Amino acid sequence: MRYHFDFLAVLEYWPLLVRGALLTLVLTFIAIVFGTLLGVAGAYIRSARVPVLSAVVAGYVELIRNTPFIVQLFFVFFGLPSLGLKISAVEAALLAMTLNLGAYAVEIVRAGIESIGRGQLEAGEALGMTRFQIFLHVVLLPALRNVYPSLISQFVILMLGSSVASQISAEELTFAGNFIQSRDFRSFEVYFIISAVYLVFAFAIRRAFGVIGRFAFARR
Amino acid sequence: MDQFTVWDIVRNLLLATRWTIVLSVIAFVGGGIVGFAIMLLRVSDLRALRALSIAYIDVLQGTPLLMQLFLCFFGISLLGFEISPLVAASIALTAYSSAYLAEIWRGCVDAIPKGQREAAESLGFRFIDMLRYVILPQAIRIAVAPTVGFSVQVVKGTALASIIGFVELTKAGTIITNATFKPFLVYGFVAIIYFALCYPLSVWSRDFERRLRAAH
Repeated sequence: MRYHFDFLAVLEYWPLLVRGALLTLVLTFIAIVFGTLLGVAGAYIRSARVPVLSAVVAGYVELIRNTPFIVQLFFVFFGLPSLGLKISAVEAALLAMTLNLGAYAVEIVRAGIESIGRGQLEAGEALGMTRFQIFLHVVLLPALRNVYPSLISQFVILMLGSSVASQISAEELTFAGNFIQSRDFRSFEVYFIISAVYLVFAFAIRRAFGVIGRFAFARR
Repeated sequence: MDQFTVWDIVRNLLLATRWTIVLSVIAFVGGGIVGFAIMLLRVSDLRALRALSIAYIDVLQGTPLLMQLFLCFFGISLLGFEISPLVAASIALTAYSSAYLAEIWRGCVDAIPKGQREAAESLGFRFIDMLRYVILPQAIRIAVAPTVGFSVQVVKGTALASIIGFVELTKAGTIITNATFKPFLVYGFVAIIYFALCYPLSVWSRDFERRLRAAH
C-alpha cells in the first residue's frame, strides 16, 4: 500500500489552526502570569514558615506534582460542576494550568530564595526592614534571576501540556487538529503540522522570555 | 449493572493501575536504553553526532507528548502495520523519556570536572574507556536522584495513553465516571492512586539528593 501525503489539504483549514494557535498562546500567557504570582506567594509562605499556611502550600505542591495534569484538568472540569460550580472548558483549562504551574513555581522560586546569602538578609534587618520588605526589595529579584532558566523551562512544559485541554473541548491548537482529522482523516499530516507549530512556540517562548529576563534582571 | 459501590469503583481502578505500572516500566526501561545511547552521542567528540542528538532532544522536548502519541499511533498505521494503543504508547513514551533522560544524564557527565577528562586523554584512554573507567563511575552517583525524580514524570505521562484508547488508570476513571456520574469521587480516587505511585518516588529522589549533598 502506498500512502500519498497531502499536507496542503490540512492547510486549507488555516483559519481554524490560527484560531487554535492563538488560544494556546493566550491560555499559556495568562497561566504564566497567574501561576508565577501563585508560585512567588507560595514560596514566600514556605520560606517564611507561616504556621498552618506553610503546611497547606506544601500539601498543594506535593499533590499537584505527583498527579498527572490530565487528571487535574478532568477533576476541575468534571468535578467542580458536581459541586454546583458551572465552569467553561476554557476557564477549567486556565484554572488547571495556573494551579499546575503554580505548584512547580513554588519549588523553583523557593530554590532561588534559598540561594540568597544570609548576609543579604542580615543587611536588610540591620536597615530596620520588616521581613516582608526584605523579601520584596532584597531577596525576590536576585532569587528570580538565579532560577529564571528553570522557570522558562517550566513555562515551555506548561505550553506543551495545554494540548491536553483539547480533551475537555477547549478549542486550542490540538482541538483544531482533532477537528480537521475527523473531517478529512489526514491524521498524520495534521499532527505533523501541529507538532511543528508547537516546536516553533517552544522556541519562541524561550527566546521571548530570555529577552524579557535580560531587561528585568539587568544589573543596575 | 444498576449500582456501583465505592468498593467497585476502587477495585476497578486498581485493576487498571496494573497497566499504568506496566506502561511506566516499559517507558522507563526503554527510555533509559535509548536515552543512554543519545547521551553518548551528545557528549561524543564528533560534531555531527552531537548536532544529531541535540536535534533529537530539542524536537522531543519541544513538542507535546500528546502529539508524539498521535504521530506514533496514526503514523505507524500509515506504514501498513496494525498497531495497538499499547505498542504506540510504549514507543511514544520511550522516545519522550529518552530525550529527557539523555539531557539529565548529559548534565551529570558535564558536572564531572573537565580535568578528569583531560587526565584520561593524556593517559591515552580511548573515548569509550574514558567514559567507562573515569567519567561514568562518578557521574552515576549524581545521576541517581534526578533519574528517580524523572520516573515520576514517566508515570504521569502514561496518563495520556488514555487519549489514544489504552485502558489504564485515567481511561478507567473516565469509563467509570461515564457509568456512575460521580466525577468528583472517581477522579479523586484516580488522583489518590497516582499520588500513591508517585509520592514515594519523589521522596526517594529527594532523599538521594540530600545524602549526596551530605557526602560532599
